[in-house]
Amino acid sequence: MRINCPHCGQRSNDEFSYLGDASIVRPDPAAPNANEAFYAFGYERANIAGPMQELWYHAAGCHAWLVVTRDTRNHEILDVKSAQEVALERQKAAGTAQ
Amino acid sequence: MPRLDRYSIFSVFLEGLRGQTGWGPAWRQATPKPNYDVVIVGGGGHGLATAYYLAKRYGVRNIAVVEKGWIGSGNVGRNTTIVRSNYLLPGNIPFYETSMKLWEGLEQDLNYNAMVSQRGVLNLYHSDAQRDAYARRGNAMRLHGIDAELLDRDAVRSMYPWLNYDNARFPIQGGLLQRRGGTVRHDAVAWGYARGADRLGVDIIENTEVTGFRISNGKISGIETTCGFIGANKVGLAVAGNSSRVAGMAGLSLPIESHVLQAFVSEGIKPFIDGVVTFGAGHFYVSQSDKGGLVFGGDIDGYNSYAQRGNLPVVEDVLEGGMALMPRIGRVRLLRSWGGIMDMSMDGSPIIDRTPVDGLFFNGGWCYGGFKATPASGLCFAHLIARNESHEVARAYRLDRFRTGHMIDEKGMGNQPNLH
Repeated sequence: MRINCPHCGQRSNDEFSYLGDASIVRPDPAAPNANEAFYAFGYERANIAGPMQELWYHAAGCHAWLVVTRDTRNHEILDVKSAQEVALERQKAAGTAQ
Repeated sequence: MPRLDRYSIFSVFLEGLRGQTGWGPAWRQATPKPNYDVVIVGGGGHGLATAYYLAKRYGVRNIAVVEKGWIGSGNVGRNTTIVRSNYLLPGNIPFYETSMKLWEGLEQDLNYNAMVSQRGVLNLYHSDAQRDAYARRGNAMRLHGIDAELLDRDAVRSMYPWLNYDNARFPIQGGLLQRRGGTVRHDAVAWGYARGADRLGVDIIENTEVTGFRISNGKISGIETTCGFIGANKVGLAVAGNSSRVAGMAGLSLPIESHVLQAFVSEGIKPFIDGVVTFGAGHFYVSQSDKGGLVFGGDIDGYNSYAQRGNLPVVEDVLEGGMALMPRIGRVRLLRSWGGIMDMSMDGSPIIDRTPVDGLFFNGGWCYGGFKATPASGLCFAHLIARNESHEVARAYRLDRFRTGHMIDEKGMGNQPNLH
């Protein structure tokens, strides 16, 4: 499995370390349902069989956090973006929604 | 000629005389009935053991096991066959020791040769701190009546003189030995439980995949499968590796991630290692099969996966661990490697519990320790399904323990499944 790092190019997956599902967002601690939301944040996982957005850290490279879209059924990597870019996009989308 | 129902020295002798013509299949090819009292989803070791103990110990008669592949095609045939009960935490110790005791009587109980071999499991330590941790673990085991011996370097050397004791970074200082641990022929466990369950009237339905659950007013009434609807008063899920997918069809969200674990076997060599040895400084465990192959493994690959294969960096890492521990395997050729999908739970411990759906029971989250647990998992899950209450040695394996803060985190890694 090789990950196409936007800064470093194609690199073997042993240069990266894995955190998990990138779609999980830290809930608002002031929200009325914060207790339940933090349980789901901490422990429940969608555990997708198919294309999944994941956080990988390029530990032996540029030290960037990446959002990798990867098919968990066959390890095919469909897309790689910097996590910063994804976070900014999400922020923008949330801003327009409000 | 009558079919031979029990295996014994006499039946083997008799069959030798009549040209091996009297053996019947070990279990029937069952066609599903419209309704069952209990349907177990998943015909792996745990599902078959559950059906067996339900019929044998809890007197349930109308049972089916539904398996998407064939018996032995999943993780029960993909592990490294090690059994042990060297756990530390209160929730785990009595459960795994119950399993160990069931292993010890399994072959007589099933009338099946599962090649249970109590050849000893030796966990090596490589630092003072690790020695202290192992001493603590061994003491916890002994307080629960489980055998454990802390060996020093010389005692380990007398068992395995050819290990690399003077590795510059990780010299072997000693080991924690559980003599009652060992290996069991994994396929034979599946076959033995399947045969035992079949003899007690359990229908084993292979090549039938569950596609949905029929739930009305919060109660289960059956399962949808690729062979049609099967009615059931109670349904038990024993589908570790695919737990999230299957439970998801019943609307459940689980504290589990699926990860791939690779295992390896070398070409057959002469008798070389007569027990199970684990490397404490990396992650490498090895035993030798009766065919002569070295059977070994290490860490999970570390990323979510439903593909039953892994990647080369972990192969390299496992083999480096092997070479650091026993340099003389360097010229042995690797014969095969394969992968299995593990239910990695959020605290590294399993779940055997009811679910919010009435009549639907869950067994999973075995991480990569499922094989050794097979008999006790079956017994406790059968108890739960039959009595609707947890077996006394599985009370800690609750589904809601993450919500209430009662995690059983043997490695102390927190909610990061790929680190357990």
